[in-house]
Amino acid sequence: MAVKLNEVPAVEHLSGGNLACAGCPETLAFRHVLKALGDNTIVINATGCLAVVMQMAVPKVPHFHVLLENAPAVISGIDGALETLGRREGVNLLVVAGDGGTADIGFSSLSSAVERGQDFIYVCFDNECYMNTGGQRSGTTPHGARTSTTPVGRVTKGEDRAPALRKDMVEILAAHRIPYVASTSVAYPLDLMERVQKAAQVRGPSYIHCHSPCPTGWGMKAEETITAARLAVETGSVVMYEIENGVRRVTRKVPRRKPVDAYLAMQSRFKHVTKDPEALAAMQTQVDLGYEELMARMSP
Amino acid sequence: MSTRFWNGNMAAARAAQRARVQLVAAYPITPQTHTVEYLSQFVADGELDASMIKVESEHSALSACCGGSAVGARSFTASCSQGLQLMSEVMYFASGMRFPIVMAIANRTLSAPVNIWPDHQDTLVNRDSGWLQLYATNVQEIYDLTLLAFRVAEHVDISLPALVAYDGFILSHANEPVQEITQEQADALLPPPGVTERPILDPAAPVQFGEVLFPEWYPDYEYKKHMAVKDALAVIEEAFDEFAEATGRRYAPLEADGCEGAEVVLLGMGSMMQTARMAVDDLRAQGRRVGLLTMRSFRPFPEEALKAAMAGVDTLIVLDRDIGYGTAGMVYPDVTRTLYHADDRPRALNCVIGLGGKDITPQTILRCVEIAGEDHGDQTVFWPDARGPAEGIPWTGEVAPAGAGR
Ligand SMILES: Cc1ncc(C[n+]2csc(CCOP(=O)(O)OP(=O)(O)O)c2C)c(N)n1
Ligand code: SF4
Repeated sequence: MAVKLNEVPAVEHLSGGNLACAGCPETLAFRHVLKALGDNTIVINATGCLAVVMQMAVPKVPHFHVLLENAPAVISGIDGALETLGRREGVNLLVVAGDGGTADIGFSSLSSAVERGQDFIYVCFDNECYMNTGGQRSGTTPHGARTSTTPVGRVTKGEDRAPALRKDMVEILAAHRIPYVASTSVAYPLDLMERVQKAAQVRGPSYIHCHSPCPTGWGMKAEETITAARLAVETGSVVMYEIENGVRRVTRKVPRRKPVDAYLAMQSRFKHVTKDPEALAAMQTQVDLGYEELMARMSP
Repeated sequence: MSTRFWNGNMAAARAAQRARVQLVAAYPITPQTHTVEYLSQFVADGELDASMIKVESEHSALSACCGGSAVGARSFTASCSQGLQLMSEVMYFASGMRFPIVMAIANRTLSAPVNIWPDHQDTLVNRDSGWLQLYATNVQEIYDLTLLAFRVAEHVDISLPALVAYDGFILSHANEPVQEITQEQADALLPPPGVTERPILDPAAPVQFGEVLFPEWYPDYEYKKHMAVKDALAVIEEAFDEFAEATGRRYAPLEADGCEGAEVVLLGMGSMMQTARMAVDDLRAQGRRVGLLTMRSFRPFPEEALKAAMAGVDTLIVLDRDIGYGTAGMVYPDVTRTLYHADDRPRALNCVIGLGGKDITPQTILRCVEIAGEDHGDQTVFWPDARGPAEGIPWTGEVAPAGAGR
């Protein structure tokens, strides 16, 4: 069922021109999500960069920018109402949201909508911080990262909560035992589309976590979005995998993982880490541990 | 038409059922909880063809109703107090989106201190959320007003959410005889559910919802919303007229009784107006000329009816079951603003009573009337049922009784 390059629909569901920064991962990924789903889709967009950007690159499908934390509840109402109205069949219901809207303020709304078994696809674009408000930390901000609320100062140096405490939304959603959960990346649009198409075939909730390196927030050049996203996967900082009815499978294998140095070095939010060999080694250890722990959980 | 013996929450739930609501999302909170339970039972019994979204919070309840409304479904929720406050963000969002959602509220005050008993604090702090606000004085009115709220909210010129408020426990838990409306009558009074001229989210005709509106156009959007609230008054009156023809029960946004030339007129909302009627009957039996103004529609605010009722009135007492801390009750300012430029402008006093469910008895009302006859200088706001600084001393608030320290 893999999506092939020559099969990607030429039709565009976003109108041209938008308010995003050059190199924006969210707009790029959203474009492919819509290509995967097609016209018969209703989009609920939680407040965040993408919602603001869509004020101009308006999608050609029904699109509703709601509040920061209530998108899963709104789509629950749509799911139920369309059912009563006899118009539910064949319509894809999609929520798009940032990591803040997903892991933090909108968490109870998401957790409860999936617990109720509502039929919708949720895609989280994880840029590891609140970018619409200028780059504050979120529940998915990695240990050590500099954000405007985890500055590098004389006493503390970037995000300083214990590395293991970072919210792992893929595993949290997997623990809800919903039919389909996947981790993917903006660097691999065909994989992203395949994951979305699979999710669309599921009856009930599905969750896709799309790693989305943000040049503005991470301190990178606009043209480095995809390089960073690839390196995240190649270093094992991000693992692309899916959990389909409980069966776990790595969807993009990394035969030989690269060291994290190059990935971190291209992001100015880690400048203080890459300058400090001890901190850098600690970061490598964290990634190794996380990667191995996750691999051990894969289905045989 | 048959007579039922229902409590207020059942009346609200039955009205929603008669309105053929298609989406219900609500979260339990005392004293509203039964409404959610009754509706769940109707759906479980196949008596109501609606989707019931069993949400995890009031914020999500109203959000789910927004989703339902966004695809054209008739949507209903119920809440009060802490729940309403949690919803507050979504209340403004719903009215801004012009979603005609209807909500039943079993009024309860706000914590802290913890108190589950009624006053109008919860609905009145959401005064400017753009919701129409109707207040019932008895269980029959809860039923009637809830049904009519759908008609007004969905009217093509209005398209605004509406709430029907009734005092928690006093009305939510009290059983009273209710004249039931037949399904045919309800269908004749309301537009068919799920049919709307509003734009909706439909892949066959894509629209964008929830866009940014820049300052250049923002005031125009707000003006339209403001005017829709005002215009709702005529729509309510029309609905009341048609309802009276169908059922024989006649309501008015502001119901005046014996006001012309009265020495004292009492104005208020909710169940206390039934108590006030008893007190007024007593006073009239003693030859006193006392009038009564029952406000059923707080938003829209019945300005003209209020002015018209003031002919020859000496003193108007606004009974507020709520407080705008540091100022006065929250109904009082609207009343005085309306009357400031009126030809017949009575003296207007404010009595803050019944907060947090303190019993409003006929004696409470009589005390309010007494205050109007006493000399309190230029004091306008009174707390007749608060004990004040010294326990047991009859106190009118703000001006401390002689010898009592604050
Ligand atoms: C209730 C509420 N609180 C705060 C905000 C301000 N706010 C808007 S977007 C945002 C952060 C969004 O971050 P994220 O979800 O990660 O999306 P991103 O902008 O990074 O794509 C915040 C805090 C808001 N809109 N609503
Ligand atoms: S800040 Fe990042 S996520 Fe937001 S628009 Fe710019 S590039 Fe996209």
